[in-house]
Amino acid sequence: MKPLDPKALRRQFPVYQNNPGLVFLDSGASAQKPASVIDGVAEFYRRDYANVHRGVYQLSQRSTDHFEEARETARAFLNAADVNEVIFVRGATEAINLVAQSWGPEFVKAGDEIVVSDLEHHSNFVPWQMLCQRVGVRLVVAPTDASGGFDLAAFEALLSPRTKMVAVTHVSNVTGAILPVERIVELAHAKGAKVLVDGCQAIPRMLVDVRALGCDFYCFSGHKAYGPSGIGVLWGRYDLLAAMPPWQTGGGMITQVTLERTEFQEPPHRFEAGTPDISGAVGLKLALDFIEELGRDRIREHEEALTGYAIDRLSRIPDLNLLPGGQRRLSVLSFNLDGIHPHDVGTVLDQHGVAVRVGHHCAQPLMDKLGIAGTVRASFGVYNDRDDIDRLAAAVEACREMFLR
Amino acid sequence: MIDLRDLYQDIILDHGRHPRNFRPIEHPTHTARGHNPLCGDRVTVYLALEGDKIADVSFEGRGCAISTAAASLMTEVLKGKTLAEARALFAQFHAKVTGGEVGDLPEALEEDSERLEPLTGVKAYPARVKCATLPWHAFEAALKGGAAEPVKTE
Repeated sequence: MKPLDPKALRRQFPVYQNNPGLVFLDSGASAQKPASVIDGVAEFYRRDYANVHRGVYQLSQRSTDHFEEARETARAFLNAADVNEVIFVRGATEAINLVAQSWGPEFVKAGDEIVVSDLEHHSNFVPWQMLCQRVGVRLVVAPTDASGGFDLAAFEALLSPRTKMVAVTHVSNVTGAILPVERIVELAHAKGAKVLVDGCQAIPRMLVDVRALGCDFYCFSGHKAYGPSGIGVLWGRYDLLAAMPPWQTGGGMITQVTLERTEFQEPPHRFEAGTPDISGAVGLKLALDFIEELGRDRIREHEEALTGYAIDRLSRIPDLNLLPGGQRRLSVLSFNLDGIHPHDVGTVLDQHGVAVRVGHHCAQPLMDKLGIAGTVRASFGVYNDRDDIDRLAAAVEACREMFLR
Repeated sequence: MIDLRDLYQDIILDHGRHPRNFRPIEHPTHTARGHNPLCGDRVTVYLALEGDKIADVSFEGRGCAISTAAASLMTEVLKGKTLAEARALFAQFHAKVTGGEVGDLPEALEEDSERLEPLTGVKAYPARVKCATLPWHAFEAALKGGAAEPVKTE
């Protein structure tokens, strides 16, 4: 397997031509876009755009074909059984809200429990918290252990026949910890609970096979996977989707409307009210093609090696504390410098051309557990290499010099 | 490249590391909390008013070098001021860091205004302006009767 060549790959990302010297280490928040996505979306608008599923004219049919082809690409990418299990949403946030608000009230009742991990992004925490408050369900938080890995034994002990849903991230957006989703699914299913996996950080960098994982719902945002912002995917097992009531209602999701009542379409259209993000879906398809062409095994190998290098390099900086991320981690590293606030680090790094994220990373429950206000977070993509890590380390050293001299 | 030392001047680093008046006031006449949801920073401002005069002012909390230094310098300049003077200082400081129209101050306040000058380097860093104004917003909220909810920067 030929390793990725990040320097050559950068030529496919116009942002690098327009920002010479940029060290972009914030792909965990949103990845940069390859020219194939940017140009492909523009080309689609130029040639084939019209509303989907509406017109009898050829242009609308072509547009619909592109849109549905994107759905098939997403199905294949996830190795899902049925293309009708793929729902286009705005992103993972909308996907989780959809499940919490549609599946939730239908299948949980007062006295039930929903389990999340303490690593969750607010988007996989707050929708469940809201559901719990609305329905009278208890929200149970599964902890990470001292090494920063998901504590399977503690998780198992929290499960009971009352558990109806387990919602976990595949890869932590704060520490890069990879969660043992297969085992989580086995244990949850043994108690009759469903499992939703937030795949935002996993999709751009590792093979995801929803049938091998065994989960019930899987979701991701397109923009973290080199695609446009405003498009994402919710995958759900068809029998579950078919039993769920519509979430938002409007055009495109009905079979018949009279003044008295409305009959709704089958999934996925039942959950896609209104004109969807058509060009976003086209862009997402091109982004998934981009990933597949590089090869997810190669991307993972590249980013694993880079993560290892970064851990080694940053660990040698005095006063730098890396947040632990368990035994298996990928592409996301959080750290703090003793005595220097993350925002000050971020500003200094920015002046050195190094773009990182600082703050709580939408994971305040985890920050509270660790007793910190925030962290500095570096996250990697296919265009990053060791030089970027060296530039990061040099900028961190400069920051120390400035504040600790 | 903007020179970082315009932002992180020695006085900022000093007050960031060793904030003055970093303590609670046991029986404050006014208090309020400030919260920057972007970074999770929190500040609590305590006031002891005697009539129209700020007899004592202090703060507690956690924050970056900019917000800590801003709070520290704020407590230094506000002590002994009347409320009208305090408001005038804030209005001018706010205008300076946000690029608004800077009005004139009474001569008596000019020295205080100069004390705050090092903080105006945040102007070049739009993402950091809120760090410098957070303690002042908390001060203002305290005067308004100490809001039950913390004031937010956004």
